[in-house]
Formats: sequence, C-alpha cells, structure tokens
Amino acid sequence: MSGQRYIRAGQDTTKRLYYISIAAVILFLILLSRLWFLQFIEVDRLRVMSENNRLRFIPVAASRGALLDRNGKIIVNNTPSFSLAVIPNEVKDITYLVENISRIIGVDREELLSRWTKSKGRAKYFPVVLASGLTRDQVEYFEENRLRLPGIEVEVKPVREYPGGTFSSHLLGYIAEVSDKELDMPDFSDYNPGDYIGKNGIERSYEKYLHGEDGGRQIEVDARGRYLRTLSENPPVPGQSMELTIDLDLQRAAEKALGDKAAAVIALDVNNGEVLSFASSPGFDPALFTGRMPPEKWKSYLEDKRHPLENKALKGQYPPGSTFKVITALAGLSEGVIDEHTTVNCTGEHKLGNATFRCWNKKGHGRIDLKGALRESCDVYFYLLGEKLGVDKIADYARRFSFGEPLGIGIDGEKGGFVPTSAWKEKKTGTKWFKGETLPVSIGQGYLTATTIQLAAMTAGLATDGKIYRPHLVKRILDREGKTAREFPPELLKKIDLKAEHFRLVREGLLAVVNEPRGTGAAARLYEVKVAGKTGTSQVVKMKDGKNASSYQFRDHALFIAFAPYEKPEIAVAVVVEHGEHGGGAAAPVAGQLLRKYFELKGVIKRTEPRVEDEDGDEESGGGD
Amino acid sequence: MIDRRLLTNFDWKVLALILLIAGIGVLNIHSASASYKLVGLPYSLKQFYWLVIGSGLVLIVCSVDYHILEDFSYWFYGTLLVFLLLVLAVGRTSMGATRWIHLGFFSMQPSEPMKIVIIMTFARYFARNHAVNLLGWRDIWKPLLLLGLPALLIAKQPDLGTAIMVCLVAGTIILAVGVRWSLVVSMVVSSLPIIYVAWHYLLRGYQKNRILNFLDPERDPLKSGYHLIQSKIAVGSGGIFGRGFMQGTQSQLRFLPEQHTDFAFSVFAEEWGFVGTMILLFLYMALVLWGLHVASRCSDRFGTLLAVGVTAMLFWHVVINIGMVIGLFPVVGVPLPFFSYGGTSMITSMIGAGLLLNISMRRFMF
Repeated sequence: MSGQRYIRAGQDTTKRLYYISIAAVILFLILLSRLWFLQFIEVDRLRVMSENNRLRFIPVAASRGALLDRNGKIIVNNTPSFSLAVIPNEVKDITYLVENISRIIGVDREELLSRWTKSKGRAKYFPVVLASGLTRDQVEYFEENRLRLPGIEVEVKPVREYPGGTFSSHLLGYIAEVSDKELDMPDFSDYNPGDYIGKNGIERSYEKYLHGEDGGRQIEVDARGRYLRTLSENPPVPGQSMELTIDLDLQRAAEKALGDKAAAVIALDVNNGEVLSFASSPGFDPALFTGRMPPEKWKSYLEDKRHPLENKALKGQYPPGSTFKVITALAGLSEGVIDEHTTVNCTGEHKLGNATFRCWNKKGHGRIDLKGALRESCDVYFYLLGEKLGVDKIADYARRFSFGEPLGIGIDGEKGGFVPTSAWKEKKTGTKWFKGETLPVSIGQGYLTATTIQLAAMTAGLATDGKIYRPHLVKRILDREGKTAREFPPELLKKIDLKAEHFRLVREGLLAVVNEPRGTGAAARLYEVKVAGKTGTSQVVKMKDGKNASSYQFRDHALFIAFAPYEKPEIAVAVVVEHGEHGGGAAAPVAGQLLRKYFELKGVIKRTEPRVEDEDGDEESGGGD
Repeated sequence: MIDRRLLTNFDWKVLALILLIAGIGVLNIHSASASYKLVGLPYSLKQFYWLVIGSGLVLIVCSVDYHILEDFSYWFYGTLLVFLLLVLAVGRTSMGATRWIHLGFFSMQPSEPMKIVIIMTFARYFARNHAVNLLGWRDIWKPLLLLGLPALLIAKQPDLGTAIMVCLVAGTIILAVGVRWSLVVSMVVSSLPIIYVAWHYLLRGYQKNRILNFLDPERDPLKSGYHLIQSKIAVGSGGIFGRGFMQGTQSQLRFLPEQHTDFAFSVFAEEWGFVGTMILLFLYMALVLWGLHVASRCSDRFGTLLAVGVTAMLFWHVVINIGMVIGLFPVVGVPLPFFSYGGTSMITSMIGAGLLLNISMRRFMF
C-alpha cells in the first residue's frame, strides 16, 4: 500500500473538527437541560397526568335505607334489579350484538342503538346500560352467551322499590339524580353528578340517614381504557333504615277512603303525636320521576285540576270552616262569655250594622245552647260569641292550639296556615279591623287558614285536655343490625292550660255531632266505639250565586275532624276534601272508614261487611256575607 | 490482513462503550415489550441476536482497509440510486410508504445503506476535489446534486426522517471540509423557497400534521399530538430516579407509541429517571467525541471525512430521536442508534461503528 495515493488532512480541518466537537457538546447539553426541565421541574405535573392516564374511579352507590311501618312492615325497600350493560371497548360488532339483545328482551333495535350512541364520548371502559329490569330467564340467557356476545355484562343494582302506583307518594317522596342546583347547596357538597338523592317527602328530609356513604373502586386501565385491576376499594356504607310511625294498613285504608278525590288525611296518636296515616290525594307515580318522565304524563300531571303534584297534607292551607268552632267555643267558655246553659235564638241570620250574616240553615235553629250549636253547627251562635270575644281573643286561643305556625312534622316545606289579628290588618292595610270581619273568623272563614296537620293536632289537644304532642313521622332510625340507632320520643309541643270542664263540654258537643239526631257528622259514626267529631265547610269564593258557582274549582272544601274513643281518646283524624262541598257528606265518611279500620286493626271491631250508610246525615254550610 | 500492530491499535474501550449502550438497549426493549402479546421470539431476544450479528459485522468491517471503499464509493452510490428508483417503480408498499424492494430471495430498504454510502461518496468527492480556499458555490453544486437525487427519492417514498438524516450528515461533512459563510447564508436563504415548495407539494398530510403538532401539541391531543404528549408525560414522570425497571406505567400500560422502536428512549427515561438519561446521554456524547477525535487524528483526508460522516450520522440520530421524544423536534421516524429495536438500524449503526474503529486502528499505517 502506498500512502502517496491519499491526500493528507490539513491543519484547518483539525481546527474545524474542534469547533464541531464544541457544537456537538452544546447540542447534547441542550438535550440534557430539556431532560432536566421535564424530569426535575415538570415531574409533579407530568406524574399527575400519568396517574390520570391510568387511574379511574368507579363510584359504587351505597344501598339506601329501607322505610318500615310502625309494625316493621316494609314500605320501601331496595330490590336487586338486573340490567344489561355493554362495555364499549370490548364490543366487536355492535349491530350483531344489538340484534341479539333486541331479540331476547324484545326492545326495539333503534332504541338500543340510540342508547349506545348516546354513550359516545364517555370513557370506553364505562359500562353503558342498554336495558334494565331483566327477568331471571333473560339474565340466564345472557350469562350463558357471554362468550358469543363479547362486551355484554349483566349488572346487579339495588333499585328503590316503592309500594306501587301512586301509593303514599307525597309521604314517601322519591329519589332521582341530583340536580345542578342541589350540587351547589352546602348540604349536598359531597354529591357527584349522577348520584341519586331524595327529592321529596321522607326520602328528602331524612336523606342524610337514608343515603349512606357511597364507596368506590380505584381501577387501573391501559391505554385503550381496558380494565386491568382494582387498586383500592372503598366499600359503600349502606344507609340507615327507618321505622315510621305510619301504620301501613291504616295508610292503605286512608288512601282507599280518599279514592281519586283531591283530599288530605292526617291521623295522629293523640297521646304521643305519632302520625298513623298521612295521605294526600291524588298521588303521583314516583317511578316516573326516578326514570324518564314521558312528556304527556308530565303534562297531564300539570293540567290535572286536582293537582296531583301538590302535597295537600303538608302544604294545603284551608279555612278550617266550622271545625274551628271548637276553638271559638273553648275561648268563649274560658273567657266566661258563655257557659253550657247560655242560649241563643237563631233566626237564620244575624245583623251587624248594614250587613247580614247568615246561618247555613236559612230557617234558623231556634233557641239553641252550646251543645246544640256544635251538634247542628249553628253559625249565628258563634257569630254572637265571636262578636263578644273579638278577633284578637280568638287569635290568641287559635295560637295556643298552634295555629299559624308549622308543627314540625319532619318533612320539608310544611306550611303554618294563618291567624289574623287586628294589629296584622292595621299594619298590612292601614285600616282598622271591623267587627264584621270577626264574625267569619269565629266560624273558621275569612282570613283564617290552617293545615290538615294543624286540624289534627287541634283535635288531639281537645281530646287530651290540652296536650298537643309534636306530630312526627319517624319512630326510630335503625342501624345495620336492626337495632335502634336513634329514637324520636314524643315531644310535648303545647300544654293548653284551660279548665278540663270546658274541654269536656266541647267534647260532648262533638260527640253529639256524630251520634245524636240532627248531628252533622253522622257519617263517621261507629256502633262499637264512640266517635266525636266536627264537620266543616270552607268557602272557596264568597259569592256563591255567581255563574261559576257550580264548576269544580269554585265548590267549597269539605272538612271533618274526629277523635275516638270518646271516653279514652287514642286517635285524632283530620280530613279535608277539596271542593267536596259538605263536610258531613264528603269528609266525615272518610274519617269513619279510617276509624273503623283503626279499631279493626286493634281488634276492638270485628271485621265485617262494609257498613250500610246511615239515616240522618244532615249537611251544613257555613259562612257569612 | 490484520497484523499485530492493527490489533494493538484496536479501540477495545470504544467497542465496550457501544456494547454497553446496546446492552442497556436490550434490557430496555425487554421492559418496553413486556406488555406485548408475544408472537415468536421476544423482541429483546431478537435484538440480542441483531446485536451479535452487528458485533460480527464490526469485526468484518474492521478487517478490510477502509481505503478500498474510496474506490468503490461511486459504484455503491450508483447501484443504490438505481435501487431507489426501483423502489419508486416496483417497491412494496406497507403502511402508506413504499420503502422496500424485492430482490428475489430477500427484501431490502435501499434508503438505509444510502446513509452510509452518501458519507463515502461525499468523503471521496471532497478528498479528491480539494479546494485551497473555503468552499463556494462553484465547488459545491456537484456534491449537492449527488445529495439531492437520493434525498428527493427517499423523501418521495415517503421517508422524511431518513431524507433529513442524509442531508444533515452530508451538511456536516461540508462543514468539516470548510465552507464560506456567504455560502451558508445563501443556502439558508435559498432553502426558504424549497421549504415552501416542499410544504405544499412534497410533504404528505401526516407529515405536515406532525410538524404542526410539534409546534402545538394540544392542537390534536387524541391523534398525532397524542404521541408527543404521552412521550413527554412518560419522560417527565420518571423524575430523578425513575419509576424502576419495568415499573413505568406509561410504557407498561402502553400509552406510548412504538415504544420498543422510535420511542424506546421515553420508556428508558420513565423507568430510570434523570440519572439514567444523563448517563445514557454521556455515553453517546463520549462516542461522538471519540468519533470526532478519530477523524481529527486520521492522517488522510478520505478517512477524516468518512469518520466525520459516520460520527455525524450517529450524532444526528441521537439528537433527533431524543429531541423528538422530549418534544424538541417534530415526530420523525428516526431510531436511536444501538438502542431502538430493529435489525436495520442495528446493522447500519454497527457498520458505522466498524468504520470508525477501522479508521482508528489504521491511523499509523502511513
């Protein structure tokens, strides 16, 4: 080999190579500083991103507490419901899958496909529920054909099972997905979108007990979102069950008695305030609110004149009508305005200044004492009594019976009714209270309003010589073993300090209402047990002779209050039938049926064929001009 | 041919350096492919076989005096150019690119050996056509033509990574030969319209997307930009000491694209952290500086330029691959020499290493 062939590299080249080396080192240092930036400075941010890549949180809802009646019978429970879900990233052929599912469960292919399409954009490992409420046979089929239908999964979820139809919907409420508005509330700050929450009734008010604590699983997924393994699991804590004060059988009887009328019933244990039944009719179907509400159904709810979405027992405020005469009478006795012998000559009307106030009985009741005035619901007697007492005295006694304030039954949204006073009127309108305005109040009309709960509480107070226990719906909250976790003992709300003698006189009047000839509440009579009660009719419009007087929404409300047994009272009942017209005709029979059921359940009355209707069911109508 | 003097001049340390990098590479491929569904031999084992074959090639390349290559350079060049034209005419298409041709009993990808052949061609050209002064336009249009023909053919395949690589390597040789500043400036200026033409007529949609996504990775975070974001997450989440061998979640759960080939470095960075990447980078830097050292102490011009070219080839692969993985450059398909999985890359890099050792051991020949 001869070296001469090759040209030697020059000095310049060496120098240039030196510069190139420096340039190379600089480029390496740039790479290194970028690595330093990523791995030193950005490490925390990028680690979080890396964790977010692979970690997913799958919430597991806690099973909700059950609702039991006072005897431990289940009212609302959770039942396992089987639903069919598909996991998007395991599905190979969706058309084939949908065709098969559609054939087995009989749901339209388009509907299944639309549910599938709606899931687009969600994480691919998240099961998409295509159908729920599968039968055992369907579940079996899908379990057997899992391999043939890749991607399907049968899920078991506890589902809230309501007694069915519209039963007790206002009392129980319903659950549905938490709304955006609720998510902003401090009470529900722990909730996540998609969680279920009580929306109404007991489900809402006792949410914190019933809900339990949701758990969850942290899972690891790969780049395709496929489930790899569970990293940690936080099991949900089931919600606490509650034993209500409601008697399921009595509640059924109450709703049956109300039928499809717009009405409310409250039955109380007079000795402790436990609510034995709480009904508002018509009800709604809670299942529709939990799932998808068909628009036409929603429309029909809104357009129904009977307002099925209104909780009439909780929020309905009605002039108490003649049922209020109980309080006017007690006020008169206690203030010494009347005694049991005081009589009034009822001519069918009472004149005050230029105004004429009519008795419901245009012919007049003639000379009548307190017992007779209560029995036959004579308005004139109470006009005169009210006139002597004045509105503020009446208001004072009404307040003592907890009119004008919510009683705290335990469901959110309870109303308190209204008790007018002269001071209120002057403050509101700037004009003085007229005597003529007192007269309607003394027979439970005018500005005065009360809730069904208040009427029941008033009745309980009368029956017990003045003791009003706070009406409540929950007896106790149970822990997971079924033991008492929290009890709600009776709470004496009011002790109305009046003479026992006066209570007795009014009670006698009420006994006569139901049991004596010409009594207005004969429809509530039981032969085995002595029932005392009072009818009432509350005016919806003042002038009845208008052309609309006969149309539904202008008809008077019918009311009835009762307690029994007369000698040793246990139960108080208040019934309001909206636009039922006559307390004795529309409301008293409801109370009668309810009381009959109550004593049947107690074994006091033997179960018999439905009772034949009574003879003298006099009716009344009250109100002044 | 190999006498005792050559053996004593053999850079055993450098061979050890290369084998160290390649060994780390095999381990890393083992981790990167741990989550793969296995078909045939494991990737790490196959890479090990390529490493053995490559080491054999190093010895074979070393045994032949590199001066002979000077004579054959143009022949090699001509043959490969024909092959590149054949690829265009009758090549096999896979994944949208036509890079392979069938040669009866085996298939080949002529763009890969072209990386080395263009080095030989340039080394020979500048060794023979030695300008007294720095290079000007007059001296350079012929080599630019030699470069342009294969570069365009490769870019047309399309294989943007290799085309850029060929240009960078050739450019580095020109810099080593010495070039006038005015020429550099005018080349940059004249390249602007070329870039414009390339953008509008030469680059495919996916190539443009890659460049746009590099400029703004959030532009399309689920498609092309995804690779870049996931790679950065992998590298960064490695932190200082890394997540540990086979513990990187980004790689083991396959959030990384092509993680045993082009993105092998991000697997390594995630699992070994800054400590690991710094060491690997220093190993590569040592190799590059040694290559330039070999070039500068070589006594003949062809050998010097050949060494510069081979070193530049290794250097630019390293810089562009790592730069791409850590978000400094757009995503172009360039493997990391000795490290990424793949026989082609391993053979090319090993031939390069063989040439450097060859030049180094024959420095005292005359």
